[in-house]
Amino acid sequence: MLQVENVSGGYNRQLIVKNVSFHVEKGEMLGILGPNGSGKSTLLKVISGILHKESGDVLIDGKSLHAYSSKELAKKMAVLPQLHSHAFSHTVRDTIALGRYPHQSGLFASWSNKDEAAVNLAMKQMGIEKYEHHMLDLLSGGEQQRVFVAQALAQQAPILLLDEPTNHLDIAHQKQLLDTIKTQANENGMTIISIFHDINLASLYCDRLLLMDQGEVKVIGEPHEVVMKEQIETVYKARISTNPHPERPKPQITILPDIKEWREEKLITIENFQVTEELVVFQAEHQLKTWSSAVINAGTGWYRTFVNRRVDAHYNIDNAQTEMQQFLTNRGYSETETVGMMTAVYTKDAVIKQYDGDFGSVIIMVTAGVGNAVDVAKAYEVEAMPAIGTINTWIIINGELAEEAFIQAVITATEAKTKALAYEQVKDPRTGTIATGTSTDSVLVAATQQGAHIPYAGPITEVGKKIGLGVYECTVEAIQTYKKAKGWE
Amino acid sequence: MSKAMIGYILSIAALLVAIWLGVSVGSVKVPISTLWDTGADAIASNIVWKIRMPRVVLAGLVGASLAIAGAAFQGLLKNPLADPYTLGVSSGASVGAVTTLFFGISVPFLGIFTLPVFSMIGALVTMFLVISFAKLVDRAMKMETIILTGIIFSSFLGSVISLMIALTGEELRQIISWLLGSVSMRGWSFVQMAFPFVLIGTLLLWLNRRELNAMLFGEERAQHLGVNVKKRKMMILIGGSMLTGTAVAVSGTIGFVGLVVPHMTRLLFGSDNRHVLPLSFINGAALLIICDLVSRTIIAPTELPIGVITAFIGAPVFAFIFFRQRKKGGI
Repeated sequence: MLQVENVSGGYNRQLIVKNVSFHVEKGEMLGILGPNGSGKSTLLKVISGILHKESGDVLIDGKSLHAYSSKELAKKMAVLPQLHSHAFSHTVRDTIALGRYPHQSGLFASWSNKDEAAVNLAMKQMGIEKYEHHMLDLLSGGEQQRVFVAQALAQQAPILLLDEPTNHLDIAHQKQLLDTIKTQANENGMTIISIFHDINLASLYCDRLLLMDQGEVKVIGEPHEVVMKEQIETVYKARISTNPHPERPKPQITILPDIKEWREEKLITIENFQVTEELVVFQAEHQLKTWSSAVINAGTGWYRTFVNRRVDAHYNIDNAQTEMQQFLTNRGYSETETVGMMTAVYTKDAVIKQYDGDFGSVIIMVTAGVGNAVDVAKAYEVEAMPAIGTINTWIIINGELAEEAFIQAVITATEAKTKALAYEQVKDPRTGTIATGTSTDSVLVAATQQGAHIPYAGPITEVGKKIGLGVYECTVEAIQTYKKAKGWE
Repeated sequence: MSKAMIGYILSIAALLVAIWLGVSVGSVKVPISTLWDTGADAIASNIVWKIRMPRVVLAGLVGASLAIAGAAFQGLLKNPLADPYTLGVSSGASVGAVTTLFFGISVPFLGIFTLPVFSMIGALVTMFLVISFAKLVDRAMKMETIILTGIIFSSFLGSVISLMIALTGEELRQIISWLLGSVSMRGWSFVQMAFPFVLIGTLLLWLNRRELNAMLFGEERAQHLGVNVKKRKMMILIGGSMLTGTAVAVSGTIGFVGLVVPHMTRLLFGSDNRHVLPLSFINGAALLIICDLVSRTIIAPTELPIGVITAFIGAPVFAFIFFRQRKKGGI
């Protein structure tokens, strides 16, 4: 559809774009990324024929750009540059109608039904019908931007070039605009080349990305081949981290600030725990990076308060999430800073211990109710309903844990717990075999992310050893307490 | 009925009223019916056909030319303050015309068109110089830059004219009376001289009405929309210079018509150039016919130069537009 071959160009004989080559297929969306001054806009100007190129060629459908007349070219390619101000006022409709210019010819250039339909469709696509008769200069920057996108769409050219189309738009309109454009590519085979400032949006919407650095192509490929930590950091000269998009298989980035001492270092100790009739509460001064399977605020996040709440055996668990949220709010715990779990065990029976090591320290909290103990290896043989009676394990670490260390901490803790159940000869009542846990066990790993860097937390690491020992000891003690309370021993 | 439609009806009505007043009002009151009444008084008929009518038509042509040229320059330069006078193009045309008169140039095959042709060349050359210089000063060609450049060129060209007048002998009176800007005592020969150029110039601009709309969003944007900017720009510059040159050749320097008329037209009927151009043409004609009427009746029997009247209205309007644009933070 569009081929760019060894193109170089710039202003006043100074080359800003150097030897750029790529091609875009019909229906494809290509995003151009690069830091300020990397030549993105210049490249787009060369491709659109505004700026004369020093060497190379741009081919559209196999024909050189300069072999097209102005109108022919505008029928092939619509361009949306960055927003400019203007001196006189047009209505929105008149502005969009200008997009039909290349389709009109003759002295009187009559306005056809096709022109009318194209303008109406473009207004509908951008959701600006209600502004149809408004004056352009009275609209906000975002609204104006949508009008100009509609103007480009009304041109109904198979190729669309965009220079930061989401500038001035709020997130709803960013999404609407990119969804609309992407739909044009998917359903009508429109070919799209767009400059992006926002790497995440580019990665999310584009089929391929082109990363420019100092006027040259650094890399071109699918988002996962371009949005890579080292590559982006080198080109943009900013620290970032990549992470997956929650819904789409596209990488996203997060900026990592370089501000030092952004909060004073604060060790957490067993003193941070508080046990009442109803609750076991851990409260830290700073948020901890947390990974848990709790009822409230499960998953990854930064939280300051952890709550283990005692409920009685008849608690209705169908509505647990809403009820628990309500409970925490009523007790004055912040909805966004609190992780909440539940247990049927008396809170005074919670076992809380601190284990110090060279790296820092680990604090373990276990509440164990083993009435619903399950042997995971035999679980397929029996039907079991979720019920109250569970082992909750918290592992809170002074140290800076890597992603993988969080997962390893959970593995290590689970293995230690299983070992404790075996030691205490806790059996699955349905199968009569040694249990491995209960049907609703929960785990929480939290780290201060300060102090020593802890890359791994397996059983041969310092921290893994403490977790193994601690969870084992605490779980054994908790089970013994539970048995005593139940009068089993 | 659309805004533009109302515009055409009102503007044509205004023009007809202006013609009616222009023909009938004066030191001698003459009924408009003299124009078609074959049995009318011979003296009245003479006044109407030999004096008033050519004057009204010439004023109309000059007003129309200046107004549509102003509208086109404003669109092309995205500058609401641009008009043949503020851009210095009128001065350029004057230099062309004065040179012709000063040297008594007469190119054989041009005949009576020698004066307007030289005037047009003066206008076109000045236009290019002003734009090139403004671009050199400021790539973005801000409103103020263009106007300042226009002033620089006007002042310089004005001194060239003064120099030629100082050097001139018996031609002096002719040049002075012409310079002040007037459409009096020109007769049908001037109408004849102006008409073909007004027609061609207007046509050139009218053919670019949609292109001018596109260029309001910038030359790059226009190019993206499929406008052959280089060619169209040239057509507009030639058309505008042709109209300015012709107007100056037949009536001298009459300022601000190209500023006031398009501005009022936009204010009343919207800024779509498909309508701004023809409506400015009609309203420019009407305005100058009225201004001419005022200039010859206000302190009769003495005639005021018509440029005095237009500047009297035009300068405040210029100030108003400037104020509004700056308030808007425009350009």
